[in-house]
Formats: sequence, C-alpha cells, structure tokens
Amino acid sequence: MEVLKTYKLYIGGQFPRTESGRSYAVLSQSGQHIANACQGSKKDIRNAVQVARKAQASWAAKTAFNRSQIIYRIAEMLEARKGQFLEELQALGFDLKSATQEVETSIDRCVYYAGWADKYQALLGTVNPVASSHFNFSVPEAMGVVGVVACQQTAILGFISQVLPAIIGGNSVVVIANQKLPLCAITFAEVLATSDVPGGVVNILTGSVEEMLPTLSGHMDVNALSLAQLDSAILEKAQTEAVENLKRVMSYSIDFSQSTAQGLSYISDFQEIKTTWHPVEQIAGGAGGY
Amino acid sequence: MMSNTTWNLDPSLESTALVQIKPQYELFIDGKWQAPLSKTYFDSINPADETHLAKIAWANQADVDLAVRAARTAYTNVWSQLSGAERGKYLFRIARLMQEKARELAVLETLDGGKPIREARDVDVPLACNHFFYYAGWADKLLEAFPGQNPAALGVAGQITPWNFPLLMLAWKIAPALACGNTVVLKPAETTSLTALKFAEICQEAGLPPGVVNIVTGYGDTGAALVAHPDLDKIAFTGSTAVGKQIQKACIGTTKKLTLELGGKSANIILEDAPIDQAVEGVINAIFFNQGHVCCAGSRLFVQESIATQVLDKLKFRLQSIYVGNPLDKNTDIGAINSKKQLETIERYIQLGLEEGAEIYQPTCELPSAGYYCKPTLFTDVAQSARIVQEEIFGPVLTIQTFRTIEEVVQKANNTPYGLAAGIWTDKGARIFGVSQQLQAGVVWANTYNKFDPASPFGGYKESGFGREGGLHGLRAYLKFPN
Repeated sequence: MEVLKTYKLYIGGQFPRTESGRSYAVLSQSGQHIANACQGSKKDIRNAVQVARKAQASWAAKTAFNRSQIIYRIAEMLEARKGQFLEELQALGFDLKSATQEVETSIDRCVYYAGWADKYQALLGTVNPVASSHFNFSVPEAMGVVGVVACQQTAILGFISQVLPAIIGGNSVVVIANQKLPLCAITFAEVLATSDVPGGVVNILTGSVEEMLPTLSGHMDVNALSLAQLDSAILEKAQTEAVENLKRVMSYSIDFSQSTAQGLSYISDFQEIKTTWHPVEQIAGGAGGY
Repeated sequence: MMSNTTWNLDPSLESTALVQIKPQYELFIDGKWQAPLSKTYFDSINPADETHLAKIAWANQADVDLAVRAARTAYTNVWSQLSGAERGKYLFRIARLMQEKARELAVLETLDGGKPIREARDVDVPLACNHFFYYAGWADKLLEAFPGQNPAALGVAGQITPWNFPLLMLAWKIAPALACGNTVVLKPAETTSLTALKFAEICQEAGLPPGVVNIVTGYGDTGAALVAHPDLDKIAFTGSTAVGKQIQKACIGTTKKLTLELGGKSANIILEDAPIDQAVEGVINAIFFNQGHVCCAGSRLFVQESIATQVLDKLKFRLQSIYVGNPLDKNTDIGAINSKKQLETIERYIQLGLEEGAEIYQPTCELPSAGYYCKPTLFTDVAQSARIVQEEIFGPVLTIQTFRTIEEVVQKANNTPYGLAAGIWTDKGARIFGVSQQLQAGVVWANTYNKFDPASPFGGYKESGFGREGGLHGLRAYLKFPN
C-alpha cells in the first residue's frame, strides 16, 4: 500500500497545516483527485508576513556571496529531486517532455539567479560626481517583504522566476502558490528546507488567491507585490488596496518559459535606491576627488 | 548658557527692477500663449506682503486636453523624430538661457513664493540650470546608459510640481523627460506659477519646437484633469502623500508609468562624537532651509543623551540670531510662508504640539505685520507617537528627541511610514556607513543636510514615493525597456 503525502504550508521554515483546518482537492488535468492541499487563510497570511519580516533583515545582511551559494544550493537540491517533480507533474497530467522542460528550465533559472547575487549591485549602483566635497554613491537595497501571487499557468517555473529575483536581492517573500497546481510549490518548499535558505525568507501558502490576496495587498507591513497573470478585476482590486501604504506593485503577464522572463530588471523591480553623501576631507595640495 | 546677542542688520534689499511681471498670464500651449477655454483666472500674490502679482489662467479639462493634444502632436511629428544629440542641443541651449536670466528667475521665485533671495539665487536657480545642463548630456547616451535594454521614450508626460521649489522641481521634471525623448504638459502649483511661465518664454526664445513643453496653470482640479487624461503615457508628481495616493489610484487600470516624490518626516541624528557646532548649523539648515517647506526636511532631530543639553543650548542660542523677514532682504534666513493656508496648517500643528504636552521654544523676534510668517520653533519632550513627530508639518518646526544607543535611534528613525531622507552626524567614517545602511531612506546625508545635485538620485522609500529624480537613475522614470 502506497504512503500518500500530506501537503502542508511552509511558514518560517516549518510545515504547519493551515490554522483554518481546511483543505481542498487538487485535480489532475483529466479531473482525477490526486491529493489534498491546505486551504490557507487570512490568518496564515498574517502569520507568514510576520515571520517574513523577522527573517528579512538578517537575510539581507548576509554577504552577497553567501546568498549566491545558498541559491546555488537550491539548484543542486532541485536537481537531486528532479524525479519527484517529474512524477508530480505527470500525475497532474503533464507529458514527460513538457514536465522535463519545465523542471530543467527551473533549475537553470536557479543557477542563473545564484550568479546574480553579488553582481547586480555593481550594475544598479552608481558613484555620482556631485559638485561638492562628498563621496556620493547610490546602491540598491532590498525593499523588504514582497507578497507574491505565483504564476497560475505553470506549476513551478513561474513560481521560481518570481521568487528568486526577489530573494536574491535580500527580500523575503510570502507566496500564494498556483491555486490549481499547488503541489510542486510545496515540494519546492522541501527543497528550500534542505538548501540552507533561512526559515522565513520564503513562505508558501496554498489556497484561494481571491481569499488570501486582499490580506497581502492591504497589509501595512508588506512593501511590494509581485503579481502574475491575474485577471484585471482581481489585479485592479489588489493595486487599489496596495495604495494604502504605497506598495510597489509589479504585474507580469509574460510567458515564464521564455528567456526574457529572467534578467536584471526582475531583480531591480524589488530594489530601492539609496543615495549617501559621505564627506570628503579637503587636504591641501590634494587633487580633486570623485 | 551663552548670552544672546541682538542683531540689528541694515536691510540689504535685492532689486526687483529686473523683473517684469505681466498683469495677466495665459496658458502656454503648442508654443503659443492661449487664453483659457475656461475663461477663468486666479490671482497670484506675494506671500511676503500679500500684494497682488498677476492674474493667471485657470485651465479646465478642455484646456488640459488641448495641451495634451499639442504635446502628442509634437511628440509624434517632431520630438520623436529628432536624434538624441539634437534634443540635447535644445536642452543645452535652455540651460544657457536660464543661466543668463538667473537673477531674474531668482527674484521672481522669491516674489512669488516667499523664499529668501539668498536661497533662490544660490540654490534653486543654479541647481535648476545645472539640471538642464546635466540631462542635456544624457540625451544622446541613453543606449550607453542602459546597455542591451533598448531604452525608448514613453511619449507624453503629465507632470505636477509643488510650490516649495517651483523652478527646481520643474527642472527635475522637464529636463529628464525631454532628454529621454518625451514631450510634456506641466502643471505648476497654483501659488507659484510665475517661474514656470517665465520658463515657457525661455522655451520660445530657445526655439524649442511648439508643443514639446506645455504649461497649464491652475489648482488641484487642473492637476486632476491632467492625471485623468487618457492620452498620457506617464505621470510624474511631487507633492503630498495624500494626493500621491489619489494619483496612484487614478492610474490603476491604465498604462501610465508613474513616479511619485511625496512627503517625509526625516530623521536627523547627532551622535555623541559629532562635531557639535557643525552639527548645530546642520540642524538649522536641515529644518529651516526654505522655511521648512522641504519634503526631505530634517524635521525630527535625534540627539544622543550625553550631548543633548549642550546641543539644545546651542540650538536655542543659534535660533536667536536667525533673521525672519522680507525674503528680498539678503540678510533673511527664513522668508515668508508660502501661503495663508500653509501658515494656518503650521500654526495648527504648533497648537497641537502644545496640546500634546510638548515643550515649545521660539526665539524673541519680530515678524513683519503683513504677509505670512512663522517663527522658527523647537519642540522638546515629545513622544514618538505624538502627531507632531509622526506627521509632516512642512514648516519651520523641529521636534527633538534623545536616545542612548545607535540601535535605539535607528529603530526610532525608521518608525514612520515615510522614508525620504535622513541625516547623521558623527566623526567616524565607518559609523556613517554602518548607520546609513540601517536607515530606511532614499537619501542619507552624512555631516551635511539638504544637499542636492543633478548627478545625485533623489527619491524615497515606503510612503515617500517611488522612482528617482536626478542622476542615471532619474532617466528610468522617463524610459521604457521593451526588450
């Protein structure tokens, strides 16, 4: 007799059930009942935001090189569990070819972003030649907590394409997974849990986007939103709620399998620019500065 | 306690002979002065003495529509057809003309807005000129600025500027927009339209193609009509957070790119190892520059406990020598509050501070009998939760809190919905970097405050807005990257 897996949420590095005690059926493309997923609640979102906030500062304070290694570790763990993802995707009704493509592109994307961790700063930052005796420089900094509604068309690729550029830049995330295809997101949580990603940096909830998103978009301690392929009514409602604390809202309606779905711009979407004026002592006889 | 000195300075008035203000100003649309379809005008007054300066056209929706059409036509037929180098040459020419008229612009700014002539002359106008000069040079280097990203102009930009730095904010808006290949419709603040209208004359003199820059004057309803116009590709706004939020809402469901530069309640932090006299001067500049009408004003002072008494004594002493009065007088440190409405707001907050139980200090100085003036004001014994600590006052009012540890002051400094700027005073370079990394603010000044430069990006975190103005980063606000 097969031992079935219980899919739970991923919050603060733990796998709790939803506090609401609810679940919903996950169906394959042919309508077959494959598993149950937690039907996350507003309270789960609030809990997740709280731990995401706690985790963010120390995540951002890690060295860029260290973040790079941790994200690369995700790629390694994903590769090791490739078979598990392929099985899961096939159970959901994907053919082997498209499943393989999605998982392999996902792994490649992890490697791609791992390499960015200690490089985007050099491309997004500047040294500014001001007309006074100051060393003036601008550097990118993480926005903070990013709420993510993962791509609702892909099982894992969109998820990874949205989450990695946010966390590589020092943000923590609270993700609402693909509502219909939530299993790979929770399996990916198992990857994260074994990849040295500190608990709370990535938090994953499954359930109804419509039910949970307003808590995220209206939350005063969420700094930005990464939304993918929402229909315009839900999108505009979220954008309106986001105005309350001036969240930065990125809405992507792209095909995440394309090579253009990765890039520096997805990192800079969740970066603030801080400019510092540092005094420069004028030393007699010295040449002019920066 | 040091003894107070009485300063009896002979007036040193800047001449206004250079400035000719027309009795009535029309709208600047398609390179021409056009009477408003609204047929209405409003009065612009000098806040220093409440005298009438001019009648100014009040644009309605139909006027805004005309301006947007002119900008669209100019974009399609002329401006988007020019090379970056040619666009740059127009901007260089504008920068030069502004430099030639620098004093006239400065006097006009002071007459219309109430700021001390010293600041208009030495800060606003040179920075505005420099901003055009700086972005002129970017116009033909956009591909190098964003390699591999195919930057392209957005199209037509609607821009709304505030009354605190009228010409400078115009420069921050128009210079990058034009350099990036956009055309603009700009609405200046209703109390300070005159330098924008003077700038329109400069555009004519520069031979800028008609419709590339359009100036529509008016109140908030004019601005709302501009924001709501369907044929704009971009909205840029500098002003209050409340209005910024309305604008962000109005842009939902459209393709308009939006940048917002909004309010602030910036922390100015003096650590115990700071050069105290320099820091005290810095505090004065941080909060009283431009009457405190500065979005990034250092309006919350944090002093380390061990030096708090000393700093406060020196501040009070220094306040006594601040000269409040006629903005045209070159001795003046604090000029006129920009409008009666703003003066009432500031006075309401001062009253609120007293009601909240804070201790007030104001110097004994006489204020002119006509015009809108406010004494420089300090509040001590304030709670972190007090409204005068939490809310933007936009006037010469400083709250003073103390702290023991750096952790504590970082926490307090960040404990606000805003995140525009911060100041830190210390003798240790390493500490400057350490503290500035912890502060949630778009601009951090170390051992200085309220410094601006065209090459230096400006803009906020959190509810102080998004997007940057100035520097390489300022270009992004006016480009799309279609990849």
